[in-house]
Amino acid sequence: MDFLNGIVALANFVLIPAIAYGSQLALGALGVTLIYGILRFSNFAHGDTMAAGTMFAVLTTWGLQAMGVSLGPLPTALLAIPFGILGAAALVLLTDRYVYKFYRAQKAKPVILVIVSMGVMFIYNGFTRIVIGPDDQRFADGERFVISARDFREMTGLAEGLALRTSQVITVITAVVVVAVLFWFLNKTRTGKSMRAFSDNEDLALLSGINPERVVLVTWLIVASLATVAGVLYGLDKSFKPFTYFQLLLPIFAAAIVGGLGNPLGAIAGGFVIAFSEVGITYAWKKVLVYFMPPALEPEGLVQMLSTEYKFAVSFVILVIVLLFRPTGLFRGKAL
Amino acid sequence: MKKLLTATAAGALIAGSAFAQDNEIKMGVLLGYTGPIESLTPAMAAGAEMAMAEVTESGALLGGATVTSVRADSTCVDSAAATAAAERLITSDGVSAIMGADCSGVTGAVLANVAVPNGMVMISPSATSPALSAAEDNGLFFRTAPSDARQGAVLAEVLVEKGITSVAVTYTNNDYGKGFADAFQSSFEAAGGSVTLTAPHEDGKADYSAEVGALASAGGDALVVLGYVDQGGAGVIQGALDSGAFDMFALGDGMIGDALTEAFGSDIDGTIGTAPGSDNAGGATFAEMATAAGIDGTSVYAGESYDAAALMLLAMAASGSSDPADYVGKIEMVANAPGEPIMPGELAKAIEILAGGGDVDYNGATGVELVGPGEAAGSYAEYVVDGGALTVVGYR
Repeated sequence: MDFLNGIVALANFVLIPAIAYGSQLALGALGVTLIYGILRFSNFAHGDTMAAGTMFAVLTTWGLQAMGVSLGPLPTALLAIPFGILGAAALVLLTDRYVYKFYRAQKAKPVILVIVSMGVMFIYNGFTRIVIGPDDQRFADGERFVISARDFREMTGLAEGLALRTSQVITVITAVVVVAVLFWFLNKTRTGKSMRAFSDNEDLALLSGINPERVVLVTWLIVASLATVAGVLYGLDKSFKPFTYFQLLLPIFAAAIVGGLGNPLGAIAGGFVIAFSEVGITYAWKKVLVYFMPPALEPEGLVQMLSTEYKFAVSFVILVIVLLFRPTGLFRGKAL
Repeated sequence: MKKLLTATAAGALIAGSAFAQDNEIKMGVLLGYTGPIESLTPAMAAGAEMAMAEVTESGALLGGATVTSVRADSTCVDSAAATAAAERLITSDGVSAIMGADCSGVTGAVLANVAVPNGMVMISPSATSPALSAAEDNGLFFRTAPSDARQGAVLAEVLVEKGITSVAVTYTNNDYGKGFADAFQSSFEAAGGSVTLTAPHEDGKADYSAEVGALASAGGDALVVLGYVDQGGAGVIQGALDSGAFDMFALGDGMIGDALTEAFGSDIDGTIGTAPGSDNAGGATFAEMATAAGIDGTSVYAGESYDAAALMLLAMAASGSSDPADYVGKIEMVANAPGEPIMPGELAKAIEILAGGGDVDYNGATGVELVGPGEAAGSYAEYVVDGGALTVVGYR
């Protein structure tokens, strides 16, 4: 019984939240890593692209809710994702047409593009706030729990409860589907292969007749989709507030760099590494350990490695360690 | 150029002294007209100015003196800017009293750097940090808002009476939250309770599962949340409910609001909370007067601002002088019993009594009673969430 209780407490407070958060980070990091691999710069505007895409989805969700459209137990926002993607795609393509294209034509150095993307970030930042405002927005509806802590306790008779939210299940399923489609696209389709060729060696790709503008266009479309999906999932699971999306930039970049910039598989692994470290290091393990340890060895203190205020520091520390000892990341991406 | 500068400076000096009429009393109104509480300060300043206008109209203070308001911006957060503004009020505007400052941090800075060196009296309507009680003030600083230390004690008292002896505490990570949490913890432990963990939370995050996880590990009969209802406080409660970590909460004043019951409804039935509030008659009178004057009298700290300005003016009347050194000793006398109780709108009557050598007990808009180091005793309403609605069950 103690053993089961321990497992349930671990799942409730560590495994489930970390897996959901890791999936959201992985989707965000995939977008960053694709831009780095194909367009060759670190896109600082990615967090705000997520915010803008989510904003379009939130507005559509409200519209659908007003028309009485609903998915029953599932959140209406899932229906709004395609509209969010359209909005985000329009935004990034316009930005590319009027901003990035100019610098690409000049063959500007990556560091210049990074600064340009910071400018774009501030513009997106302001744009999102002007349209939807700086406050928290609620757009989740449908059934909140697959199983709530109270029901679980009553069903199993265990002392610990296990809560599983609909948004967490949707997050993981969607992330798996999106990643599968993305890898199929990159590895099996002609366009995907041309993108990889362009990423490996731009000059050779141009010589073999790949149209660079088409590669850029497709990359932006994929990035806009990934950003919107990641943003909507994060918003459903937590809440939508433009500033928190801006703050997500740090763990997302940490995930992409830890996995190896430019390597899609690495981005996913990096997302989960960051999420599990953040949750695991700041969790007070006492609750779980009391079930596994013999009574004599039960911990007195909270067994918390780092207090929760330092959550964001965890991404920083992992980033520093990886850059010091393995600058190419776990999966041999491009060195910074 | 140099000549021009000298000439301008000299001109300014002459102008400054020329405008200072003999029978004019200037009062500085030092509030954050810009910054985080800029939405509250217009009503606060207007409240203070209502008291000034009332006294001016009566024509009874110090032989018919006119009281004028000089507004200065404390910014609420920038101590350097607030200090400079207060310096200007004293050296260039020549005020005889300062109604302010507003936020606890800048109030402490202005008190230490400007008010004490210049011997200026300050009454803050809204600084509630317990740290100000122990500030080195030479007896020059008062406040019409109660210290959070008092609320911490009240909340602890309520919990102990309900038989709750073990709690986890989370507070919003700023001066307000930290001071409140410290005060709560010491009173609760003094009353025999135990605090399993005190953890801060940052406002404006999307996710509080890590904080809730730590608090759940520590355990306790209830979770004490000293935060803001439209910020992290609500996020923490949501997280605790979702993970089944706590279902009983105890809340500070920042958490008491309609947003709370809108968000959680009857999920948090049985939750208790405290917030400043009293059932005194002055509040309603003040609200009516404010509405007549075109201001929102129910706005937070508007009544306290009226009271702060009124106290200083009555102390001047009692001492027959507008010199801070003379009237500072009379502030507690006019604020507390014995004497004729004074309601808002009765300032003229109070000045007459004082001029005739009598004593008054100023109650004002918020039932002012100064205790300890010159701060309001404060009265608190006790709330309970019942059937998804906040209900007042008593006053302490």
